[in-house]
Amino acid sequence: MSRRRQNMVGLYTIVHKELTRVLRIWIQTLVPPAITMSLYFVIFGQLIGRRVGEMGGLDFMAWIAPGLIIMAVIQNSYGNVVSSFFGAKFGRHIEEMMVSPLPTSMILAGYVIGGMGRGLLVGLLVALIASLFVPLQVANPLVMAAVVLLTSATFSLAGLINAVFAKKFDDISIIPTFILTPLTYLGGVFYTVELLPGPWRELSLFNPILYMVNLFRYSIFGVSDVRLDIAFVIILAMLIVLYILAFYLLKRGIGLRA
Amino acid sequence: MKALSIRQLSKRYPNGVEALKGIDLDVEEGDFFALLGPNGAGKTTAIGILTSLVNKTGGQIEVFGHNMDRELEAAKACIGVVPQEVNFNQFEKVCDIVVNQAGYYGISRRQALPRAERYLKQLDLWEKRDSPSRNLSGGMKRRLMIARALVHEPRLLILDEPTAGVDIEIRRSMWEFLREINAQGTTIILTTHYLEEAENLCRNIAIIDHGQIIEKASTRRLLDKLSTETFILNLQTALREVPEVDGYQLNMVDETCIEVEIHRDRSINALFQQLSDAGIQVASMRNKVNRLEELFVRMVHGGRNDRAGGES
Ligand SMILES: Nc1ncnc2c1ncn2[C@@H]1O[C@H](COP(=O)(O)OP(=O)(O)O)[C@@H](O)[C@H]1O
Ligand SMILES: [Mg+2]
Repeated sequence: MSRRRQNMVGLYTIVHKELTRVLRIWIQTLVPPAITMSLYFVIFGQLIGRRVGEMGGLDFMAWIAPGLIIMAVIQNSYGNVVSSFFGAKFGRHIEEMMVSPLPTSMILAGYVIGGMGRGLLVGLLVALIASLFVPLQVANPLVMAAVVLLTSATFSLAGLINAVFAKKFDDISIIPTFILTPLTYLGGVFYTVELLPGPWRELSLFNPILYMVNLFRYSIFGVSDVRLDIAFVIILAMLIVLYILAFYLLKRGIGLRA
Repeated sequence: MKALSIRQLSKRYPNGVEALKGIDLDVEEGDFFALLGPNGAGKTTAIGILTSLVNKTGGQIEVFGHNMDRELEAAKACIGVVPQEVNFNQFEKVCDIVVNQAGYYGISRRQALPRAERYLKQLDLWEKRDSPSRNLSGGMKRRLMIARALVHEPRLLILDEPTAGVDIEIRRSMWEFLREINAQGTTIILTTHYLEEAENLCRNIAIIDHGQIIEKASTRRLLDKLSTETFILNLQTALREVPEVDGYQLNMVDETCIEVEIHRDRSINALFQQLSDAGIQVASMRNKVNRLEELFVRMVHGGRNDRAGGES
């Protein structure tokens, strides 16, 4: 049997295991984002949204829906890999993969695809909930597919890097709480950056999540605060940098091999 | 062919502990080999390096001719490992643990299922196949790790203290199982701190202590060494040549001092009888300190502490 085929079997094994885990512990993985997002839609969309009126040319509810969907994708891709990989390291079952001939790139790909799987699944769930409140459309399916895949892959890698450095369970919630959530809130989910005074608007442009939110909103409603090409370049660059870093960390066995 | 060849393997941990100080080791294909040594000797470190869980500081390793620096994947494919401590996912089901491990080695689920069934049955775990692994007893967990290590049918099976903390009956049945696997052609290396285990199972033994191999021999040769005692006799009068004494091998250290090796179950009365018949007067006698023996005394004590307290 060829090495290539063996690698594919190994990759499939990790992905299968990761996705089974998501479904097995669905109360922890699928229900919380569904509840939180429903609350966002009811409170911000229905109740407050009515007073806000329009944002960036869209109904407020329509404005926040894409941002909340992509926020769910980000949080869940990241959260899946950081907790699954850290769990494997903590419970030492990561050693099952480390002793096997499976190359580093496959282990990495397995976890990333697992994280993307959960990100997309939850994203879909949130989109379904959103469509109960506001009619969603797909203005540009290609952009939608690209931005969702790139975003979930990027944050899966980020979650893995977080897990590599984490030493205790607390360490896997620091980044999501202190970096990810604030950047998402400031990433134009609830407002258009046009509303911000000059320097704040400039500062917002350094937030990569802003580009993801805008690209995704563009793919649904065809409107964006930022240039599309620049947005793609920024996301792609981030993905590549994180991939190289994650690969290097795994290859060197940082945090794994004594 | 050599299943394993280790040259000048060394390991220094970041905290400065030199766990391995340049060890050499050769294991022939088909052998049943023991790496015997007290706690802290460096056994787990050596196994860790062999299985890519610990980075070496220096040295070379070949597994069935595959150099681990140049052909890592080929070398890894030859090895199955049973670690000292439980390292499977406690929430995963018994059968999934075995089948997934096969997957990492490139064996599809369809091929892995019958193999998992075979090994789980042989190791008396088939009834438990759908239980979460955390529900298994200590002995079952150890056996699950053996099934997991065998599922890709490795040519070399490495077990790190497989029977530590396992009760006698299960230990015996595990020994029996390992003998069978070995008889079918799998090379086995196990580490242990029980001489009894090495003696019962293994054909060759290397003894490791403080990160150094202090003895390598066939089990029979080693037991011979352990079953003799060396005495040093100080004589009242100087001798010019080694006296001939029936049934004993004497060596002169100097003209008033001779050494004699005596098997433990032989009497030393006959020796003294013959010496005094030859007119040789013994002034005093003492045991020669034997490094190997010292080590075993320590290991026995270590073993006792172990049972009382935890394991390091
Ligand atoms: N991760 C580690 N960091 C630092 N020192 C270690 C580590 N693992 C083992 N050691 C030390 O290395 C030596 C050998 O340990 P080990 O290989 O576990 O021995 P054994 O398996 O023979 O009991 C011991 O002194 C131990 O304390
Ligand atoms: Mg050990």
